[in-house]
Amino acid sequence: MTDALRFHVPEPEVRPGGAPDFSNVPIPKAGSVPRPPIDVDPRDIRDLAFSIIRVLNRSGEAVGPWAGLLTDDELLEGLRHMMTLRAFDARMQMAQRQGKTSFYMQHLGEEAVATAFRKALQPGDMNFPTYRQAGLLIADGYPMVTMMNQIYSNEADPLKGRQLPIMYSSKEHGFFSISGNLATQYVQAVGWAMASAISGDTKIAAGWIGDGSTAESDFHSALVFASTYKAPVILNVVNNQWAISTFQGIARGGAGTFAARGLGFGIPALRVDGNDYLAVHAVAKWAAERARANFGPTLIEHVTYRAGAHSTSDDPSAYRPKAESDAWPLGDPIVRLKNHLVLRGVWSDERHAQAEAEILDTVIAAQREAEKHGTLHSGNKPSVRDMFEGLYAEMPPHLRRQRQQAGV
Amino acid sequence: MPRKTMIEAIRDAMDVSMGRDEKVVVFGEDVGFFGGVFRCTQGLQAKYGKSRCFDAPINESGIVGTAIGMAAYGLRPCVEIQFADYMYPAYDQLTQEAARIRYRSNGDFTCPIVVRMPTGGGIFGGQTHSQSPEALFTHVSGLKTVVPSNPHDAKGLLIAAIEDPDPVIFLEPKRLYNGPFDGHHERPVTAWSKHELGEVPDGHYTVPLGKAAVRRPGSAVTVLAYGTMVYVAQAAAEETGIDAEVIDLRTLLPLDLDAIVASVKKTGRCVVVHEATMTSGFGAELAALVQEHCFYHLEAPVARVAGWDTPYPHAQEWDYFPGPARVGRALIETMEA
Repeated sequence: MTDALRFHVPEPEVRPGGAPDFSNVPIPKAGSVPRPPIDVDPRDIRDLAFSIIRVLNRSGEAVGPWAGLLTDDELLEGLRHMMTLRAFDARMQMAQRQGKTSFYMQHLGEEAVATAFRKALQPGDMNFPTYRQAGLLIADGYPMVTMMNQIYSNEADPLKGRQLPIMYSSKEHGFFSISGNLATQYVQAVGWAMASAISGDTKIAAGWIGDGSTAESDFHSALVFASTYKAPVILNVVNNQWAISTFQGIARGGAGTFAARGLGFGIPALRVDGNDYLAVHAVAKWAAERARANFGPTLIEHVTYRAGAHSTSDDPSAYRPKAESDAWPLGDPIVRLKNHLVLRGVWSDERHAQAEAEILDTVIAAQREAEKHGTLHSGNKPSVRDMFEGLYAEMPPHLRRQRQQAGV
Repeated sequence: MPRKTMIEAIRDAMDVSMGRDEKVVVFGEDVGFFGGVFRCTQGLQAKYGKSRCFDAPINESGIVGTAIGMAAYGLRPCVEIQFADYMYPAYDQLTQEAARIRYRSNGDFTCPIVVRMPTGGGIFGGQTHSQSPEALFTHVSGLKTVVPSNPHDAKGLLIAAIEDPDPVIFLEPKRLYNGPFDGHHERPVTAWSKHELGEVPDGHYTVPLGKAAVRRPGSAVTVLAYGTMVYVAQAAAEETGIDAEVIDLRTLLPLDLDAIVASVKKTGRCVVVHEATMTSGFGAELAALVQEHCFYHLEAPVARVAGWDTPYPHAQEWDYFPGPARVGRALIETMEA
């Protein structure tokens, strides 16, 4: 007799009411993963797809072969960027609750990923971000007022009220227009990188995707094209453990890690401690140097944890233990960098508290400035005419007729 | 003037464009070394190198997705989807990305890409090599949709599409590649070398997007057609002896509404013809526009002749194809109404 087939649906370790359990997330010691040369044969570093590159140890020291790339000033700047992003998020989250906009997505717990990554790129390089990489803009000096104008869809919104809040676009800051669809931007990043190589340029691209969206076919498309044409692109997977309510095991299946997806394509795949500013920066820099030196794409899995809700429309207490975030074994990125800077003797609790207050003032000042231009439900808005403009370079006759019908 | 097939004219358009602008790149499945399954890109890789004309993996969302990224960089990709029937994996990239990038970024990024794809049946291609999905593109805000009907227009429209600042879907009626097929499948097809619209000027010229052409002037009834149906409609007019005016729309979006309205107001009757399925087809849009703009000039209901609302069959291809007999019946009925 043959046994009946069994259907398998993966489940997270715990659900609400249970005790958080990350014993299934092995954390290697900081400094224990080697730093290969950028011209390494991808076959020789397959282990890196299953480990985690870490620089900051539990005492706050920077250790191992990936340490030592950033100066005190650069690290202090990095800390400031992460703190700014966190303060910005808190204010905008509150603004959404106050009805000043329809929607917001915060980065709580993931601040290191995009802010550290941005500093490994050069002017002219292009990111194809998802909705949780505003750190790229903050770290590149994009004005917070402009971000808020976009979030408020007010009269000064550079996108004229056409896009959902936080779907920024800034070519000048190497930040491709966020779509709001998932995974589509990943293969576009590969195309941008191919174009740079076709043109004999020196610029590189970076694609961004979340753990859940790696299940989309565009993820596969991106890896095929990146692999085939050796595109100068960095393919980032931000594994923050949760795709709204779905734990990462549903997208990952039996692969072990998301980084492992790169191996079948011959793409070097590295996992990095996404809550370690120094590690993210070091791995990004390695991948950027590789891409710029014509060695092709690199896949980076940033192992992190989404400490907040997916968006203002989400309630994580419905699907995961409330204290899970506190139990996350890689800690908080801001606290970790702060402790490291204190250990280096260039920072202190007092200075940190003072910086926090200063940053909050700056964010509030930006918010006041933005609100002078209106919020979603009050003050001045983009015109109705703006709804019809800018779809095509030249407005076609049928749209002109409709605009006239609308009386604008 | 040299006469060319539609394949040669399309190839010539890409050749001219690549020669004039090094930002123009061409890729797709079998497009590089081999020159495409219909040979539209033959010789381009040898002439312009592998960086400008190359083979792509069998991955339509990847072909269009990378083209969008290239356009964001500043190139002007002209990519081939091997058959229009294969475009569905790329539909997300076309409709939610290419079509909207200019709008959603307020012009910060743009998407000047051309996506070429052979369309229509009549080659015993069955349900996966015969489709006419134009209405799936015209329904999408932000795309332009072009369907040439002859070598002269194909070259001029394709050059215009490549130079256009926005994404253009370029549907090539594959049954017209080698001659002006009029639906009489049992007869030999006239070659383009014997047809005046097979005359293709050398070098650069454009046929503007959004301008229709009158292929057969007439006073009794207006036939709105595009692609293969232009010749089917002309054959139906000749065979019924009805003095039909056949308008070749050439571009479905933007649509030359002025040309349509002028003709229907003159004739007072209108038959809309396409090979795609009837329900929610582009003919529905045309019929609606005609009644909106010409209602008080109409002597008869606007008629539609289209593919039946079934998948394109294999053995029953010629029962499915809206040939000159069906179009002719619609002309007669419209005249008698």
